[in-house]
Amino acid sequence: MTTLTTTTTDAPGDVAPTSTGSRATRILGIVILVGSVIGAYLGLVTSDPDVIQRDAVRLFYVHVPVVSLMYIPVTLCTVASIMWLRKRSDGWDALASSSAEVATVFVGLGLVSGALWGEITWGTYWTWDARLTSTALLFLLLVGYLALRRYPAEPAARAKVSAVVGILLVPNALLVHYSVSWWRSLHQDATRGFDTSMDGNQLSTYAVAQGVFVLILVWLSIHAFRNAWLALQAERGDLDIAIAERMADDDATGGI
Amino acid sequence: MLADARLIAGKDLRIELRSKVGLGQMVPFAVLLLVLFGLALDPDRGVLTRATPGLYWIAVLFSGLLAVQRAFAVEAAPGVTEALRLSGIDPAGYFLGKFAAVAVQLVVLQLVLVAGVVVLYGADLHGPLLLVATAVAATVAIAAAGTLYGVLAAGLRVRDTLVPLLLLPALAPVLLGATRASESALDGGVGDGWGWCGLLAAFGVLYVGFGLLFFGTLLEET
Amino acid sequence: MLQAAVVLLDRFPALAGVDLDVGGGEVVLLRGPNGAGKTTLLRACAGLVRVVQGTAQVLGVDVAATPRAVRRRVGMLAHDDGLYADLDAGDNVRFWARAAGATDVDADRALARCGIGGRLATVPAARLSTGQRRRTALAALVARRPELWLLDEPHAGLDRAGRDLVDQLVVDAAAAGATVLFASHELDRAEALSTRIVTIAGGVVRDDTGRGVVEEPTGAR
Repeated sequence: MTTLTTTTTDAPGDVAPTSTGSRATRILGIVILVGSVIGAYLGLVTSDPDVIQRDAVRLFYVHVPVVSLMYIPVTLCTVASIMWLRKRSDGWDALASSSAEVATVFVGLGLVSGALWGEITWGTYWTWDARLTSTALLFLLLVGYLALRRYPAEPAARAKVSAVVGILLVPNALLVHYSVSWWRSLHQDATRGFDTSMDGNQLSTYAVAQGVFVLILVWLSIHAFRNAWLALQAERGDLDIAIAERMADDDATGGI
Repeated sequence: MLADARLIAGKDLRIELRSKVGLGQMVPFAVLLLVLFGLALDPDRGVLTRATPGLYWIAVLFSGLLAVQRAFAVEAAPGVTEALRLSGIDPAGYFLGKFAAVAVQLVVLQLVLVAGVVVLYGADLHGPLLLVATAVAATVAIAAAGTLYGVLAAGLRVRDTLVPLLLLPALAPVLLGATRASESALDGGVGDGWGWCGLLAAFGVLYVGFGLLFFGTLLEET
Repeated sequence: MLQAAVVLLDRFPALAGVDLDVGGGEVVLLRGPNGAGKTTLLRACAGLVRVVQGTAQVLGVDVAATPRAVRRRVGMLAHDDGLYADLDAGDNVRFWARAAGATDVDADRALARCGIGGRLATVPAARLSTGQRRRTALAALVARRPELWLLDEPHAGLDRAGRDLVDQLVVDAAAAGATVLFASHELDRAEALSTRIVTIAGGVVRDDTGRGVVEEPTGAR
């Protein structure tokens, strides 16, 4: 009875990267750190409280950038899923799964920051307004996608099934958004929107925050992608080792 | 393709007739839901009456989930999926056939649920035309999305909890639309009802399209 | 015809480089230990598993590129019966026959041939005995009249009469021009039946008696 052991030898000719960092991302990371510190200082200390919202507006410096950016990784996931079905390469698969992960982070952050803001200004964590509701459903759609990615062992089957669900993410999100918006617009309740006029040093603080979050999005996406890609390669590496072992197997009982 | 669809649908419905899982389990489940809602929402008829459309559609959704899971559990008999792939049946036809069978079961379920709602909640069925149109559109939408997501999870041997997680958020617009349309109908003033119905129809068409598009890929092992 | 074919099952290389060239009308026995890759080889010929390396041509179709194209012309008797538990034997065979483009008449004839006639055909598949289910699955295969027969341990689960039936079906199929590839542990019966014996172990072909070396199949004893 043979056992299959995977040794950590590199495939001939390959140098296995040991981390997902690179000079570019390290520089980016430093910029982000610095920017975050500046942003936090500006946001928490030097910028003025809003006339209406007072200090709650400080949450905006997180919430607005996050919410404005979150659709990017979602769309990226759908696009990558379509491309995977066409090209069937690991790169697209890794892009799809990593964008979904990043998207989930951003959407989650958006929900939490929005809920906190709601608690401070309106006294409730949740209102069934259009944006919050569709965002919550979007979050659930993404969680479903991520749950799906954990399952089948065979990478090709998993990639294929995830691709279909990934492609459906954007249409689903659009349908949800449209129907929920229409629904809430029919209600005479105050559609309690955000007061988006800002001026003076609020604007500059916001600009810094937006910039920092864009960089965070990029940085997270790069790392997540590399991570996913490396994981796929590791699976493939195991495969080559397994084939070699099987061919060398002289045991009469064969197989596992 | 249509011949294959008819073959598959016929097979599914024949299985249903023989095994009577639908009649024996899904219908009672649906009625049970209605009763439980009644318990949870207090005999105060006012609440129940106002909530009737929503409760009805939630019951349809959950019973529909059962129908979808049953539809693919049937294919889980050893060797059947392989034999299906080997038979050369057109995947699009397979999708349509499964979709049709699920839709038929949903219709039967809804007939029972309508009776249940009339009897248990004292609903008055105003605006029957809109109600029927809504039911048809929503049935198509639920059956199409259910079949698509159902086959996804069926192939993965993790059926039970994954299908609801994938399907229900996607069906949220259907729940919204069907409930609003039904409310409009029952309130007498038709208002936005037909608009919502249109949304349901669009959803249904979209998902049938997706199903036809993706079913072939999904059935393959790679 | 397979060349250095590699097939993966859950990332495990079930076939790790198989070379096999089978001509029409041959009856080939695949033998080898458990886990050697016989089942996988059969499934690869049916276009059911993907050949990830090497080339594979079945009935003139490149199975690595377009596995679906060959499926209707191939018939497989697998380890699992492939029958719907709630349908009776007759409905099952009729369904599978129609799915492959055959008629109900073909189906009924196949059922009779395989000994599942009359009342037995109205029993739900779940209530049939193993042997009866096997026969039903055989009937489904016979009704399709495939050009290539792939049988995975066809004698398993059958009584003596059933095994004789299998042998006779194989002989008839070969006589009609079909090619038969089957895996079996029933070596005595199988060797009498086949024109060629291929031994598989560890995912590769270890031994092949070649074409026309063994005498014509003598059929069931």
